[in-house]
Amino acid sequence: MIFQGLHTKFKAIVIGGSAGSFQGITRILSRVPEDFPLPIILCLHRLKHVRNGFMEALSIKSIKNVVEPYDKESIKPGKVYLAPANYHLSIELGHYFSLSTEEMVNNSRPSIDITLETGAYTYKNKLIGILLSGANKDGAMGMKNIKDSGGFTVVQDPRECMINTMPSAALEMAEIDYTLSIDNIIELFFEIHKLYK
Amino acid sequence: MQEIHIVDIRKLTEIIKSKYGYDFTNYAISSLKRRIIRILELYKFKSVDALGKRISEDPVFFEEFISEITVNVTEMFRDPSFWRILRDKILPNILLNNKRIRIWHAGCSSGEEVYSMAILLKEMGILENSKIIATDIDDQILKRAKSGVYTVKNMELNEKNYVRFRGENELNRYFKIKNGLTYMDKSLVKDVSYRKQDLVKGGVFNKFDIVLCRNVMIYFNQNLQNDVLKKLHESIFKYGYLAIGSKESLIWSEIANKFIVANNEEKIYKKIKE
Repeated sequence: MIFQGLHTKFKAIVIGGSAGSFQGITRILSRVPEDFPLPIILCLHRLKHVRNGFMEALSIKSIKNVVEPYDKESIKPGKVYLAPANYHLSIELGHYFSLSTEEMVNNSRPSIDITLETGAYTYKNKLIGILLSGANKDGAMGMKNIKDSGGFTVVQDPRECMINTMPSAALEMAEIDYTLSIDNIIELFFEIHKLYK
Repeated sequence: MQEIHIVDIRKLTEIIKSKYGYDFTNYAISSLKRRIIRILELYKFKSVDALGKRISEDPVFFEEFISEITVNVTEMFRDPSFWRILRDKILPNILLNNKRIRIWHAGCSSGEEVYSMAILLKEMGILENSKIIATDIDDQILKRAKSGVYTVKNMELNEKNYVRFRGENELNRYFKIKNGLTYMDKSLVKDVSYRKQDLVKGGVFNKFDIVLCRNVMIYFNQNLQNDVLKKLHESIFKYGYLAIGSKESLIWSEIANKFIVANNEEKIYKKIKE
């Protein structure tokens, strides 16, 4: 597959997902190579009161280690970060994270919209946003923010999603560059990897 | 949602600083921005300038502003495993050398954490030997903390946390439901002193065996966190404890080497140096 609009100026990839996204995300992480250069920031809806286990479950299949960042931790190239349970994860202008316990957004904490929106504000046209399967509309607005800032947007093909509310909402609200199956999203990662070599 | 610019936020924080002495300059910018946008929408202000004008002209409104700008989302027994460690390890350790436990809840918000502590102390049989001071920047929220009135919906979550904490009783032993609200047993907090205090501008006012400041400093930038941590360090007796949120860290601060980790998972630190 040939992807238009890829370049070597990207600084980060943010992936949002909710119900039905776990399998997709583990498939992606099981293929993203060790030396993939960009930070990958995961904002996935998860049980609010279960602090442990999720990061470990993602790490099992992942080639790269998955970590939950601390408040004010710097975003480093090539690392995989996961929004911790019961906190919103913001991306700040100095390329670091901050956490907050503000009210839920779209019934969610972490809210994908918050991570995508702050990511778009920080990285402008140097951000790739990917939205996977999910049962609510969280993330749609954030995808619009990324597109409006000149970033690159991808949603999982609704036909492949276990629950397609989330990618469908994004397709309705924002201009989405690519609608892809998980296999093609993996290919996209390979293409980016090649570009940065 | 409307977009606002950092220069507008800077102008606003300057107005607040010069007129009221509160300093929001070093608050974490993205959450501060979201709080300001929320207030613009809530009160239907057309711009940050309009909000600034109202604040500078209306001290009563400024009190409301303080309530809205601060984040007051909290739970009883948030992170139940934290409270278990407190009960099973930390507080018994303090009691080895002290008859009384002096506790400071820095940024107590609506008081759920204070009630959690009081319940824990009562179940350990040491509530009478404890002195709790609870502070917050926001007068309104302190009133709510004192009233001990919470929604039934929040109390369901609190009850779940209490079960995970493995308390001695049922949480409902400590509250009554009336007219769709829950009323905490106020005898639990009869000796608690609730005070208005700003962690940013306020000085060191006392010393404690344990200071709880969990998920408060996440709203500050790193420089401000460092300043506040220095004050917290000064407010703790040697070999006393500091508890911060499970996703906060001391690593980047100047006082990091004056503490050792007492429990890494729950982010409890022990002061070993003045």
